[in-house]
Amino acid sequence: MNITEKEVLSDVGGVRVIRITVHVPHIARKAKPGQFVVLMVREEGERIPLTVVSNDTLKGTITLIFQELGFTTKLLAQLQEGDSLYALAGPLGHATAIKQYGKVILVGGGVGIAEIYPVAKALKDAGNHLTTILGARTKTLLILEQQLRSISDEFHVTTDDGSYGKKGFVTDVLKELLPRGSYGLVYAVGPIPMMKNVAGVTKDFQTKTMVSLNALMVDGTGMCGCCRVTVDNQTRFSCVDGPEFDAWTVDWDELTKRNRVYAAQEKHMCNLHKVQ
Amino acid sequence: MRKDPVKIKEVAAAVRVNNFQEVVAGYSEEETLHEASRCLQCKNPACSSGCPVGIDIKKFIYQITQKDYQGAYLTIREKNNFPSICGRVCPAEYQCRNACVLTKKGSPYASDQAINIHFLERFVGDYGMHNQNSTFNVQRPTSNVKKVAVVGSGPAGLCCAGELARAGIKVDMFESLHKLGGVLRYGIPPFRLPRDILDSEINSLKAMGVTFIPNFIVGKNITLEELFTQGYTGIFLGLGAGIPSFLGIPGENFCNVYSANEFLTRVNLMSAYAFPKTHTPVTIGRHIVVVGGGNTAMDSARVALRLQKMNDIAPDTTILYRRTEIEMPARRLEIEHAKEEGVKFRLLVKPEAFLGDEQGLVHNIKCLQCELGEPDASGRRRPIEIKGSDFELECDEAIIAIGLKANQILTSVTPQLKTDSYADVIVNQDTMETSVKGVFAGGDIVGGEGTVIEAMGMAKKAAQAMLDTVSQ
Ligand SMILES: Cc1cc2nc3c(=O)[nH]c(=O)nc-3n(C[C@H](O)[C@H](O)[C@H](O)COP(=O)(O)OP(=O)(O)OC[C@H]3O[C@@H](n4cnc5c(N)ncnc54)[C@H](O)[C@@H]3O)c2cc1C
Ligand SMILES: Cc1cc2nc3c(=O)[nH]c(=O)nc-3n(C[C@H](O)[C@H](O)[C@H](O)COP(=O)(O)OP(=O)(O)OC[C@H]3O[C@@H](n4cnc5c(N)ncnc54)[C@H](O)[C@@H]3O)c2cc1C
Ligand code: SF4
Ligand code: SF4
Ligand code: FES
Repeated sequence: MNITEKEVLSDVGGVRVIRITVHVPHIARKAKPGQFVVLMVREEGERIPLTVVSNDTLKGTITLIFQELGFTTKLLAQLQEGDSLYALAGPLGHATAIKQYGKVILVGGGVGIAEIYPVAKALKDAGNHLTTILGARTKTLLILEQQLRSISDEFHVTTDDGSYGKKGFVTDVLKELLPRGSYGLVYAVGPIPMMKNVAGVTKDFQTKTMVSLNALMVDGTGMCGCCRVTVDNQTRFSCVDGPEFDAWTVDWDELTKRNRVYAAQEKHMCNLHKVQ
Repeated sequence: MRKDPVKIKEVAAAVRVNNFQEVVAGYSEEETLHEASRCLQCKNPACSSGCPVGIDIKKFIYQITQKDYQGAYLTIREKNNFPSICGRVCPAEYQCRNACVLTKKGSPYASDQAINIHFLERFVGDYGMHNQNSTFNVQRPTSNVKKVAVVGSGPAGLCCAGELARAGIKVDMFESLHKLGGVLRYGIPPFRLPRDILDSEINSLKAMGVTFIPNFIVGKNITLEELFTQGYTGIFLGLGAGIPSFLGIPGENFCNVYSANEFLTRVNLMSAYAFPKTHTPVTIGRHIVVVGGGNTAMDSARVALRLQKMNDIAPDTTILYRRTEIEMPARRLEIEHAKEEGVKFRLLVKPEAFLGDEQGLVHNIKCLQCELGEPDASGRRRPIEIKGSDFELECDEAIIAIGLKANQILTSVTPQLKTDSYADVIVNQDTMETSVKGVFAGGDIVGGEGTVIEAMGMAKKAAQAMLDTVSQ
């Protein structure tokens, strides 16, 4: 569980997006696009889920990309090459169903771009026509642009402030694309409001849409129910039933609220441990 | 004249609610001898038939009276690998003590007069542990012996690993979590089972040559076939009942509604009681409601109440149970302890809905009063709702402790492993072998939620069958 590589992908106002490569052969051997791991930085730490962005079976490594959001991701950001994680388990969750959908649109927002990358690659390898739409608040926050551009048949970028690509939101591009072609799948990962809005747009055009949900988790193996979400009026555990679900039937409101529940405690911990 | 049972010493309720230290102090040597001397040494002792693994109780008690604690330890160890653990968590009042001749006929659980077999067992177990007898008669594994994979480190896995290691078999134990022990670690709180006891038992297995591989999920990291191709000649599955059940009532996904598993995992496994020194948070409500009547409910309520005390919140934790106290499946001692500590009990109550606010936080729980009807399939009287008896309780945190289902992380990707309608693994009852040759199973993954000693009994049976096959 040693970190073999570390790279800062973006740094905006001290909030960094970081890529690390971790040596963990038994996960590297098995991880498939769409799956995630749960890790602990220290023995007294929390267990947090991160998507497996890529895996190298020969070297026995996996790549993770994370944003310094709160306490644990900031702690993780402090580790250097050669340091070891306290715990790392996976691959968890169902892998994405990789098949021929015909024309596919991938939508990535913020650090969600990292999560669509492995799926994009696999869908491309399976012979799909790929349209990628990346969204970021501002140009410097954009990650994996070259990698995704090079595998996409069509490529769009939007920034909230217009500093790069088209000014606006990913949904603006989606609204232009959907009436023009027939798409077999829209796959979206990003902040909840983005995924919710994507679902709203694609529903109007009746284009099947999958999202990967970022519910809070503890074990990640179906043992606690912390990650439960309501999909199609049923309670599902994201870690074992997901993390991908049909976007149209997700109860976004509930997910938003459940993801906020420890915000005050996490902030308190950041102040206390002087982790900014 | 018949002697009175020796009362067990306990930390006073007012003191113990402020910490997670062990509540039951255990017998001194003198008390042990006194309690042992109450045993009638029956000609046909009934007690052993009540013990799921058939410990020769009469014999070990006799050995105690002779101060032959080493002998008593060996007698217990013949059937039970972890007497220090069972002596603390065994629901003896439903098992060996219920069968003891001193229990009044027809009582639902052991009478007070029944010999305190579990406390005697605990004394002997701790004696054995402190005198380093746990590694007794170990045959060191040699390099070319057969290799067995044990999946899951709960009591079933631990027991099976111990049995096989003792016979000189190389054992690798895989556990998906970062710490070992299964429910003994993440479910049962340290004030019932101190972690040094659990660690000591695990360390003694290490000393016997068992290799522990945490953070490793069989089914995800490796398939059963791959284990065989890697040279394992047998596999034992002690996967446990890991999936929490919910009530299925409105409002259950409000943010401050926990499954008992999540609540206990946060506190016991992730040490949330020490937050923010440890990093996993847990919600501590002012009006905590726990739903259920088993050990999990008692543990949740007692942990919740401690968290309130330790955070200067006036304790207000209430257990809601749909039957009466008699039908509660929890250990009687835990029910008593919960009451002493100030946990409130609302019986014959069935939750109907959680009522919450804009932010998704529950503030009230709507309930119905019940009465008892005819016995159901479990033999317990069925609760029947009383129409129009709805009432509301203040509740800003709820913990659902109504049962667990089979852990399916391995079985869901292993179709050749036959399961029943509850997703429990089907085994040959004589050998504990599953539908896959060379793969054995035991514990809660077979037949659903049971007890620690039942899990160990099955594991022991499986280990014996595995020894018979691998040595062929
Ligand atoms: C299946 C899965 C895959 C994920 N993959 C990635 C990934 O590849 N890269 C990545 O950067 N992140 C990913 N996440 C999210 C990541 O787990 C969280 O960012 C992380 O747990 C935050 O921990 P923290 O202690 O740093 O922040 P916290 O202090 O816990 O949180 C800081 C703020 O973020 C909010 N928050 C916390 N957790 C989440 C969450 N899961 N989703 C949305 N908001 C949250 C909190 O409410 C709080 O306001 C994934 C989550 C899931 C469930
Ligand atoms: C809160 C609570 C209190 C209890 N109190 C008592 C009590 O006082 N007395 C009593 O006798 N019984 C009690 N019980 C019941 C008792 O704990 C269980 O019957 C017993 O733990 C079952 O043991 P097991 O080994 O089958 O499973 P578990 O203890 O559940 O252990 C299973 C282990 O396997 C791991 N695992 C599962 N799948 C995989 C996989 N694919 N790969 C790797 N690892 C895997 C899990 O992570 C887990 O650690 C209690 C249960 C609970 C939940
Ligand atoms: S293991 Fe449990 S049931 Fe058996 S004798 Fe000991 S306390 Fe009694
Ligand atoms: S039944 Fe009771 S009194 Fe008789 S031998 Fe067993 S423990 Fe002793
Ligand atoms: S994270 Fe615990 S059940 Fe999904």
